[in-house]
Amino acid sequence: MPSQAQAVFRYPEALREVTTHYCPGCTHGVIHRLVAEVLDELGVRQRTVGVAPVGCAVLAYNYFATDMQEASHGRAPAVATGIKRARPDLIVFTYQGDGDLASIGMSEILHCANRGEKVTVVFVNNAIYGMTGGQMAPTTMPGQVTTTSPLGRDVGLAGEPIRMAELISTLHTPGFIARGAVHQPLLAVRTKDLLRRAFRYQVEGRCFSMVEILSTCPTNWGLPPHEACDWLEKHMVPYYPLGVFKTPEGGDRASRPL
Amino acid sequence: MAKKLMKGCEAIGEAAIRAGCKLFFGYPITPQNEIPEYLSHRLPQVGGTFVQAESEVAASNMIYGAAGAGERVFTSSSSPGISLMQEAVSYLAGAELPAVLVNIMRAGPGLGGILPSQADYLQATKGGGHGDYNVIVLAPWSVQEAADLVADAFDLADYYRNPVYILGDGLIGQMMEPVEFREDRKPVREIPPKTWASTGWKGDRPRAVVNSLYLDADTLEKHNRDLQEKYHRIRRDEVRYQGYGLDQDYDVLLVAYGTVARVCLTAMEELRDQGIQVAILRPVTLFPFPYDALANAAAKAKAVLVVELSAGQMLQDVQLAVHGSRPVHFHGRTGGNLVTPEEAASKVREVLDGRSEEVRHA
Repeated sequence: MPSQAQAVFRYPEALREVTTHYCPGCTHGVIHRLVAEVLDELGVRQRTVGVAPVGCAVLAYNYFATDMQEASHGRAPAVATGIKRARPDLIVFTYQGDGDLASIGMSEILHCANRGEKVTVVFVNNAIYGMTGGQMAPTTMPGQVTTTSPLGRDVGLAGEPIRMAELISTLHTPGFIARGAVHQPLLAVRTKDLLRRAFRYQVEGRCFSMVEILSTCPTNWGLPPHEACDWLEKHMVPYYPLGVFKTPEGGDRASRPL
Repeated sequence: MAKKLMKGCEAIGEAAIRAGCKLFFGYPITPQNEIPEYLSHRLPQVGGTFVQAESEVAASNMIYGAAGAGERVFTSSSSPGISLMQEAVSYLAGAELPAVLVNIMRAGPGLGGILPSQADYLQATKGGGHGDYNVIVLAPWSVQEAADLVADAFDLADYYRNPVYILGDGLIGQMMEPVEFREDRKPVREIPPKTWASTGWKGDRPRAVVNSLYLDADTLEKHNRDLQEKYHRIRRDEVRYQGYGLDQDYDVLLVAYGTVARVCLTAMEELRDQGIQVAILRPVTLFPFPYDALANAAAKAKAVLVVELSAGQMLQDVQLAVHGSRPVHFHGRTGGNLVTPEEAASKVREVLDGRSEEVRHA
């Protein structure tokens, strides 16, 4: 037995030891940690610049111990393009939610991916606008009640939820496109592998990379955290299958189980 | 270096490269396409990067990212495209990022037309996007001056950490004139190192966070006060204008900027031959506007005549400067039509013989 207390669990170096503003039970915190651990493990923290979005992660620049830029709503992939083209030696990532990326920023994300910008996109999909108080997102599930779909999402009027990983993987430009989740510990470990692969492709100067990560929003879903995890498993995972959709080696490929 | 015959758009592109700018992000729009076209072949020759963005919205946010990474960067567009960039311009101002934006103005509103105009004056000089901010606005009247002002624009942007517009009308972009790029040019301001830029944090300086978000009211108010203090210094130190005939006696003071001032200069010569004495004040910086110089020059005149390719936008600043001490008259053309020297001269005669009605409010 060691005579003195030993720290066996620490903040990653790439994560600042500050209190976050995220709601209890929200999985943003887990995802922040996974991203930070990967930056540490790849040894790129000191040459990384992150781009924060508008949405729940708007204050991400307070949490990552890297240089950061705050983008306007949806424009993070354009801002990341500017940073990477100005300084190709930097490791550049964006951290965006589904309203930011799949709605107002649809044009920026698609063209960033299609140009094959050597940046990494961490796309957190919780099927709702969290920061603004629970409005319908392009990723909101059919029938899901939100503050702007009080009777549930009507797909006849609002269309079906957009599957970004699938959509982007149809682009012919090489890229690494995957979808993970963190509502179960094993999935979190596997999602970290996806993030590691995504950042490694950038470090190697290979291709654009995006990892979509299914995330819970207990506050705006109106569910206790553990029920939110169950809801995600039951309603989101079947529609948003987990897996790797595209790799630069294999070109376009169908989803396979994670 | 010897003079070279160049189109305004190409001279602007070349001047930016010679000012050390190796990054351009833009989107096609008439009448400024020769800027991105020129840079798409020229930038790779000098190790630079040209990116054709998917929209002006994206291009201007790419500018934000590159400027935030500490590099000199610019974009160009024309009126409708500049409107789309207003989001990023507000963020550039809020995050205090240096960038140069060229607006080769075309006639509006809406899709308008592709012919020359000066109808974006208010958008450029009064902020244009949301929030309290100002952009430095430089208005060239020749291809040579466009090239010179582009170089100055990068220095001013870096020194003040503020966006800068080059505001030219379609003529500036499209006409060909001899231009010389001076090799011995000195920066107009000494540029401090960009320690604030996001270039990777190694712990040897505070962590760089490029940002315009301040959720606390007092903190945001202090930020706004700091910005206003900066704009005050710009107003105090950066006013530029040129006068023509101001040291002689004159009855009418003409106020015009850009190529319209050249038309007025021709009109002035015609009027002199007829024994009518006029002078011209040409603002070179539209923000900061030469209010004091204009008030002094107006004091010698019986009346002031503003000539613009708009329905009367700079007119408002002239009225502020003159402050009712002299009658202010206006002559403007819109839709892409130009003012001719004969038209300007004729308007001066109308002002003098009482046939022109003074503008009471604008």
